[in-house]
Amino acid sequence: MKVAVIQFLGSNCDLDSVWALRQIGVTTDLVYYKDFEEIYYKYDGILIPGGFSWGDYLRAGVIAANTSCMKLVCELSESDVPILGICNGFQILTEAGLLPGALIRNDSLSFICKWVTISVESKKSVFTKDLVIKSQLKMPIAHGEGRFATDDLNKLYKNNQVVFKYLGENPNGSMDAIAGVTNLNGNVLGLMPHPERASDNIIGGKDGLKILKYFLT
Amino acid sequence: MKFLVETIIENLPLARNPEGETILRELVHRGGYKDLVSDVRSGKYLRFTVEADHSNEAKEIIFDLCNKLRIFNPIVHKFTISKVEKL
Repeated sequence: MKVAVIQFLGSNCDLDSVWALRQIGVTTDLVYYKDFEEIYYKYDGILIPGGFSWGDYLRAGVIAANTSCMKLVCELSESDVPILGICNGFQILTEAGLLPGALIRNDSLSFICKWVTISVESKKSVFTKDLVIKSQLKMPIAHGEGRFATDDLNKLYKNNQVVFKYLGENPNGSMDAIAGVTNLNGNVLGLMPHPERASDNIIGGKDGLKILKYFLT
Repeated sequence: MKFLVETIIENLPLARNPEGETILRELVHRGGYKDLVSDVRSGKYLRFTVEADHSNEAKEIIFDLCNKLRIFNPIVHKFTISKVEKL
């Protein structure tokens, strides 16, 4: 699979994501969002990295979600293209309407940067189909607006769309400690923890590769 | 004609408002207003200057714009136009 890591104005986990994917053998390009429309057909997968696109102005992710690049990503999602949104990428995907719910200001009103443990709750996502339900992954979070909220939690459970939950402390006050969700089709996944920052033992662990390695298929 | 349209975006009740809660607890109640003030909700305030023929049209333009461009997120936000004023 050839993957595009899309770089928006204010992305800051783009190079880490490219590095993490390349070091496990995924052919990966860093693609500036304005260039994506010209070359999108070259890619089989999309990663939307973390950061602070457009400075989080108005709401985290909303300005990136309104770009023509994201409108194209929305179209591609209908053709089963696997799309992974990490942190700000998750925020962008909810704002674009590709994922349910919203990410709002942390309960504590503080920016939180720490390692957390999450549990796998669903195999509906292509990125978790080979993982064991209730298995635990350790990854860092780093966000100010990561509190997951939705107006229809029952629907998410009914459709098996809750993919990750925080174990132990709920760091940001998310509803039901939800850390990641997928779309109805299972090809779009968003999560607040950073798999690319858990991609080598030298930086504290490599559980994140269990998610990223789907791009190797 | 130019009109000023003021809008307020605040969290729906399903989404707690920790900033408002903190202002209520740490400033308002601590400052002696516990018996008088029972709730504070914080939100975002946006003021638009818009060209329109009359105030209703100005209001409609901003209402449509805010919905179309997702200036607020209907999943978690309540959106109110609080004032329309001719400039």
